[in-house]
Amino acid sequence: MFHYTIRRLLLAIPTLLFISLILFLLLDLAPGDPTAQLPLTIPPEVKEKIRLSLGLGEPIYIRYLLWLQQFFVNEPLHLLAEITNIDLSGGAQRVISWQTRSPVVDIVVQRMPQTLWVVGLSYVIGVLIALPIGIISAYRQYSWFDQIGTFVSMVGFSVPTFFTGVLLIVIFSVQLGWFPSIYDTTHRVEDWPSFLFQVKQLAMPVAVLALFNAAQISRFMRASMLDNLNQDYVRTARAKGLAERVVLLVHVLRNSMIPVVTVIALGVPTVFGGAIITEQVFKVNGLGQLLITAIQANDIPMVQTLTFMFAVLIVLFNLAADILYGILDPRIRYD
Amino acid sequence: MNVKFLTLAVAASLAAPLPSFAERASDGEVRIIYWQAPSILNPFLSGGTKDLESASLVLEPLGRYDQDGNMVAWLAQSIPTVENGGVSEDLTTITWKLKDGILWSDGTSVSSHDVKFTADYCMHPEGGCSQLSNFDDVASVDVIDDLTVKVTFGVPKPFPYGPFMGSTSPIIQRAQFENCMGAKAPECTEANFNPIGTGPFRVTEFRPNDVISMEANPNYRDPSKPAFASLVFKGGGDATAAGRSVLETGEFDYAWNLQLAPDVLANMEAAGKGTVVSAFGTLVERIMVNLTNPDPALGDERSTAAHPHPFLTDINVRKALSMAIDRELLVEIGYGVAGRPTCNILPAPPIYASNANDACLIHDIEGANNSLDEAGWMPGPDGIRQRDGVRISILYQTSTNAVRQDFQALIKQWWSEIGVETELRNIDASVFFGGDPGSPDTYQKFYADLEMYANNFDGTDPEVYMGNWKCDESPSPDTQWQGANMPRYCDPEYEALLDEMSKTGDLNERARLAKAMNDMLMQNFIMIPLVDRGRVSAHSNSLGGVVLNTWDSELWNAADWHRID
Repeated sequence: MFHYTIRRLLLAIPTLLFISLILFLLLDLAPGDPTAQLPLTIPPEVKEKIRLSLGLGEPIYIRYLLWLQQFFVNEPLHLLAEITNIDLSGGAQRVISWQTRSPVVDIVVQRMPQTLWVVGLSYVIGVLIALPIGIISAYRQYSWFDQIGTFVSMVGFSVPTFFTGVLLIVIFSVQLGWFPSIYDTTHRVEDWPSFLFQVKQLAMPVAVLALFNAAQISRFMRASMLDNLNQDYVRTARAKGLAERVVLLVHVLRNSMIPVVTVIALGVPTVFGGAIITEQVFKVNGLGQLLITAIQANDIPMVQTLTFMFAVLIVLFNLAADILYGILDPRIRYD
Repeated sequence: MNVKFLTLAVAASLAAPLPSFAERASDGEVRIIYWQAPSILNPFLSGGTKDLESASLVLEPLGRYDQDGNMVAWLAQSIPTVENGGVSEDLTTITWKLKDGILWSDGTSVSSHDVKFTADYCMHPEGGCSQLSNFDDVASVDVIDDLTVKVTFGVPKPFPYGPFMGSTSPIIQRAQFENCMGAKAPECTEANFNPIGTGPFRVTEFRPNDVISMEANPNYRDPSKPAFASLVFKGGGDATAAGRSVLETGEFDYAWNLQLAPDVLANMEAAGKGTVVSAFGTLVERIMVNLTNPDPALGDERSTAAHPHPFLTDINVRKALSMAIDRELLVEIGYGVAGRPTCNILPAPPIYASNANDACLIHDIEGANNSLDEAGWMPGPDGIRQRDGVRISILYQTSTNAVRQDFQALIKQWWSEIGVETELRNIDASVFFGGDPGSPDTYQKFYADLEMYANNFDGTDPEVYMGNWKCDESPSPDTQWQGANMPRYCDPEYEALLDEMSKTGDLNERARLAKAMNDMLMQNFIMIPLVDRGRVSAHSNSLGGVVLNTWDSELWNAADWHRID
């Protein structure tokens, strides 16, 4: 297993380099211009100077290599300097966003808390709701509980978050006035009232996203349970006289969890990717909103860095899912 | 609708109590929402309105424009003119005098060295300053004494108010930005996010593309202002959500630029928590007419002066296209209180607005048909007018935007009634306005017969704007498709007027020339103006002192804002 992990990690290096090249080429060759959003009153020769000051005068391979150096050398050196006070970077240029003219990584770090709060919490809650619903739905297939569960998950799956989000805002912010419609990212939890406020402002975005996540995962859970419930070993277990609870929660559940755990692990990177639409609807201004505004402004260094970080997470969690597979299912061996 | 609304707005502003002589910071917090989030607070590194306006709470210029487009001294003692001796007789120098005793928010005093530094900062060749055009023709900026600074221009400048006027040209502190010149400008993140200014507020925390927290500037020159102790400037989301947060939930006090469907806005206002305000500037939604041939068969010479357009060079065709449009209906559908029909490409300020072209306000399909008949454009077998084998078949392009696509559909319908065939096309805004010389879809290349977009000019002086239609401003391969003369219009008479304007200092005479140029363009139907687009914002009923200004930052008088109980 250890060798397998090492091998996969080493293989990830060329994969990620290749991904970064593809991302860079895609972004660079796509039509678009970082000065396009500026007012038309700014004359084109000034726009040209702005483009040159952003480094767009250099050929494409120079810019790619520069980004590689900034991301893989300068950023780690800067991080090292932050932690240990040993400055080896000599003030070398970090990856700078074109919109804000500030280091991309600093903004990403600043955005992390609200995204983890909202998207992370909704993922956890979504999983916690989905597992029991999936188990019960499968065990009592076609019962009223299963029917309602199926209906709710179909609704959660097919109604887009920009609809449910706005619907919740109209009901709970405009009509009832219970929750704020705009998320306050500067809010700090210090005491009981400020914690209550945090819960209030999290309530709606988390509810919207949790419904969506729960809908997906509960379907996987149900399907996987159904697969196992009809297996011979279940009949054997029952014939041996095992309690129904043991049959279900020890034997069937453990086997059914194998594909579900993989699905959950593969979903974790999306937590860091943020939820573009939900973040926009509730003005959470997390990583999703950062990505979409950067795309709109053609802020290539920002988009490149963010998408590459997502790529790293996806590669890593794919590996994690494979390893979990091996741990959960003793039949699977990689070595 | 318009009149009723304006009356209401005026009544509301009159009904507001006079600013009470409250103490500084006695009114708690004011919350502003812009649905585009500010990315940076250095207006010289970003031209975006969101950035300029958020920065205008902190950084101030020497002079500002008020809500009527008049110049008001801000950090300067007075606006220099030829009469008061501030502008030299030969129109080549302007001398500004700072008010005495103005302090930066860090407590140090503002001097003419800061003013000179600001000019040097923006004019640095490697800085990529987005407000560089304000400093056009500046030969030197000299410090006379601690409070006096003299700007010398290389040519006579009849309107010398480019540098240091308005929200696009504020003064930055030399001590803070000294090491941020030229190529180093983008590296000064700390200074770009937290500029030290003279305005009513100072930054406590800046989160790019998210939220800015500010507090009252303890060193602001008027000891009783601002009334608010702190300010939250939230960005992000969309115009609907911003409007809702002010008009329906009351979470915010001020929402900027609510470009919403007229009925949506009216419904929100009906909730009774806030008021919608609007004001008009120079932004005109217009159709540009291509006087050159965009035929793809012409290869590199497509849309260049080498090949005149097969039918749009006929003034009768252009006139008929304009006559067939019902501008009132366009306004009603697309803009509501935020628009009004216009027949001018230069609709404001009032002294420059011509009324010689108002005939275009009448929707006249019959007249348009007659005009085409007389010119010999007769309907062919398919109902499309043609003459000598040339069919009036138009490719009409614009950027992707719901209102613009509505306009396209309506106009296509009207044109079909006069026997004109129209093909519609829309292009993503970042490509259309992107100016990439490699893309065939930019508004400069204009590979279409007509194109629609909106444009305006900074400040109140139209000279540069009217200069857009000089012959050598035509985009072409020789200019890498740069230039603003989309119609590729060339008329020596027009340029003679422009030339005269560049030598005239008297404001009334300048207005006469500007009107004459506008009339010339309009009566030749070089462009077809549609809608004068205003700015619509909203404030809560408890926020007093808001005076919407389209000539400067919307937040220009935030120092006077206060809470009404």
